[in-house]
Amino acid sequence: MKIANLLVVVALVVGLVGGFFAGSLTGTGGAAATATTTVTVGAGATVTSTTTVVQQNTVTTTVVSTTTTTVGMQEKPIELSGSITIDGSSTVYPITEAAAEDFMKLYPKVSVTVGISGTGGGFKRFIIGETDINDASRPILKTEAETATKNGIKWIEVPVAIDGLVVVVNRANTWVDCITISELKELWKPDSTIRTWRDLRPQWPAEPIVLYGPGPDSGTFDYFTERVVGKLKASRTDYVASEDDNVLVAGVEGERNALGYFGYAYYPEAKDKIKIVPVRDDAVQGAQCLIPTDETVSTYVYPLSRPLFIYVNEQAYKTRPELKAFVIHYVKNGATFASKVAYTPLPEKYYATAALLLEAGIYGGLYQLSQIAWRDAGPPQ
Amino acid sequence: MGDQVLRRRRVKIIMDKALPILLSIGVFIGVATVAALLIDVVLGGWHRLSPELVMNYPSARPTEAGMRSAILGTIYTVGLAAVICIPLSIATAFYLTEFSGTGRLPSILRYNIANLAGVPSIIFGVVGLGFLVYGLGLGRSIIAGAFTLAILTLPLVTVTCIEAIKTVPDDLRFGAYALGATKLQVARRILLPRALPMMLTGGILGVSRAIGEAAPILVISGLLFIREDPASLFDRFTVMPLQLFNWISRPQMAFRELASAGIIVLLLILLALNATAIILRHKLTKRLTE
Amino acid sequence: MMTEDVIRSLRRRRLYNKVFSLLFMASALVATITLVVIYSTLIYESAGFFQHVSIVEFLTSPKWTVLFDEKHFGVLPIFNATLLTSVIAIALAAPAGLAAAIFLSEYASLRIRSVIKPVIETLSGIPTVVYGYFALYFLTPEFLRLVVPDLGIHNALATGLMIGVLILPIVASISDDALLAVPSDLRLGAYALGARKIDVTLRIVVPAALSGITASIILAFARAMGETMIAAIAGGFRPILTIDVKQSMETMTAFIAQVATGDAPQGTIEYQSLFAVGLFLLLTTAVLNFVGLRVVKRWAIRY
Repeated sequence: MKIANLLVVVALVVGLVGGFFAGSLTGTGGAAATATTTVTVGAGATVTSTTTVVQQNTVTTTVVSTTTTTVGMQEKPIELSGSITIDGSSTVYPITEAAAEDFMKLYPKVSVTVGISGTGGGFKRFIIGETDINDASRPILKTEAETATKNGIKWIEVPVAIDGLVVVVNRANTWVDCITISELKELWKPDSTIRTWRDLRPQWPAEPIVLYGPGPDSGTFDYFTERVVGKLKASRTDYVASEDDNVLVAGVEGERNALGYFGYAYYPEAKDKIKIVPVRDDAVQGAQCLIPTDETVSTYVYPLSRPLFIYVNEQAYKTRPELKAFVIHYVKNGATFASKVAYTPLPEKYYATAALLLEAGIYGGLYQLSQIAWRDAGPPQ
Repeated sequence: MGDQVLRRRRVKIIMDKALPILLSIGVFIGVATVAALLIDVVLGGWHRLSPELVMNYPSARPTEAGMRSAILGTIYTVGLAAVICIPLSIATAFYLTEFSGTGRLPSILRYNIANLAGVPSIIFGVVGLGFLVYGLGLGRSIIAGAFTLAILTLPLVTVTCIEAIKTVPDDLRFGAYALGATKLQVARRILLPRALPMMLTGGILGVSRAIGEAAPILVISGLLFIREDPASLFDRFTVMPLQLFNWISRPQMAFRELASAGIIVLLLILLALNATAIILRHKLTKRLTE
Repeated sequence: MMTEDVIRSLRRRRLYNKVFSLLFMASALVATITLVVIYSTLIYESAGFFQHVSIVEFLTSPKWTVLFDEKHFGVLPIFNATLLTSVIAIALAAPAGLAAAIFLSEYASLRIRSVIKPVIETLSGIPTVVYGYFALYFLTPEFLRLVVPDLGIHNALATGLMIGVLILPIVASISDDALLAVPSDLRLGAYALGARKIDVTLRIVVPAALSGITASIILAFARAMGETMIAAIAGGFRPILTIDVKQSMETMTAFIAQVATGDAPQGTIEYQSLFAVGLFLLLTTAVLNFVGLRVVKRWAIRY
């Protein structure tokens, strides 16, 4: 009798949990989604695939119509399969996630997995050939490059987006309306003697500054210290550090005398909570106080713009069609993916050119390509 | 002199009545925290609860993102970890209470277990990476994660099992020995049935802890985005706390709400687990006292 | 003959006994082997660390700036943070847990007990990540700041309190079961002598269960020192030597997490420092446990 009671309870629990998953075999809700991709393969050959997925209540009907137009030489198969292993920076992760998800919808037989071991952690694996792609929020270090070469690993460095850094203060802060790179350097350098706002500028109040910033183990920190202070990882240590930029937002929001810096991606949702500070690069003649916008960041006019990369294993890229297709898909649609997750996309022209180059087998110089200011819309505001 | 005695007596009566109320403050702290946490989480994520959350794979779109891979990964890893850990803990506990003498080895072992309890979870991850993933060549697989979690929860479950066995009155043990029973028989027939309820407590505590561990899995697996169900113990995996940890640090509010909703799911699973084990414990205790 | 059967079955029983004895001992050795593996990894990497850093500096310097450009290797700031948060945690968990345990075992009715005990056990099942963010986004801004307005968003107080809540069930559950195990004869005898409930509880039952209670507190404290996520999320990553619990301070475990999941390449002094800190933490826990177990042994009363 008692065992029966027990079985009933266990069955209920299992049923509840199992029920969730049983329902997963079928679709959800009623929505129709159409995805069209155009993949340029080979010289002049175009393959268009249209996938229409119609879902109504619990029945999923997948209609796939494929038209293949072959103009020119080879006809590459569109039936890709295999697995792609990606690891690396958690900053770049959201973009890669968007790209992977999109790619897998087109090629369901390709399995893409993305990890978040960190830029350095990811490189550790990449340089011994464990991963196909490394998401990186900084360029590869010399030591990492040396180890890779020693292991016979060659890589393709592909910038995919830009992360602008914002400088923010509390909303009640009425006195800061622009800050220069030199002032930021004075403020953040190691052994900095700046304690109050007045130490920075005499017109400012004599209240102590409370600093917020990313921890020293993050790419944002690396970039900021190198760009502003002038030396990698050179920073004062008495600030509130967090790896999670949301926390920095919350910190600055709650502290009147706060000043912080973090990735621009976190600013749009925090617009009403904190005040952004325009930055002026006083090393450049005629530079103005700028806030990060898609325009100022993507053209590197805003002084605190850092590139985000993916590093692709060149050998694997050349020999595995699914990896090649993925990388090209990523780069071609880089603007979409980047802006979807609130990063600043590089100029459209860069993505198009980069994709062409990659397709043609030219693997170098993409970083320099991304730095070209594709200015065609007049001076930035 | 009589006054003093009376006064002391009166004070004692007041203290006697007040004690349970004072004591329940301890309970109150625990219950209030759980309540506050639950309310905070539920309010934050309630509207994002949906079947998609449980059934879908990770996605860059908050409306489509789900914890499916994470949930399955957790079930496999923690399930295997429990299968490894609980018998091991019970065996260890028996060794340290019944099957060893009063020599140096048992006390050294007891000491080691206490030390293992203090090792930070992340160290298990780092050592597991070197030893299990690379050293034994298990790769960043479910089995590597399971072994790591099993060792992580071993001390807690073992200590609870030891205390469980110790609660059995000595008369019963000695009586059985006097009748000529072997240690194994005493363990199996006398100690185990009586200690089982409390051992279950240890099992629950251990499994609950394992479910919530993000740091060691981050080091061992490092994986977050995976859009397929695990098919074997050597497959890659991700776990719920990792997924939630990632969602909550995204800039988009939608993802943070999703994290709250995910926490609700996680807590529900924990609740179901706890409830099952507690009912089991209840049944076992009732059967014993009949 | 029946005697032969008896001898045979006796021998079989002895064999099983022997086999299982060895099996159980092997299981117990797993814990030791694991500890050996952990220690050897830590010592091996720490050796590399201490080739570049003097032990004197490690133990005495008040600055810990390993991940910055200008490096100082004094472990005191992060050790201090670990101690501070753990002390706050146990200051909450030991009395509250014990109080809960006494309440549950001596005063609560079976119905209340069957509801409350699972609830308390749930506390340790909540993922530490959840606790961390609860402390960060709710406990500090919405609750603690009412009492302490200038509390930083990262602070040791919230961290300690949250860890305390996490370890409370360890104390409560194990103490509760230890209290329940005290034979009723002792209680009944005391009542028969005219004692009031408060006397029976506090002067007879609790001392009788002291071994289990102390064991639970030691276990809980060790757990508090080793807690990683709550310390990382609610305490922050600022290494600072201070007793001002309103400030952000990085514990040893938060540092280890920071480096282990961060960008430091293998073989660098930054990466090796995590092993050195880990070793230091383990040795501290080992000393703590050693002292604790001695105390428990002296006070253990068996019935």
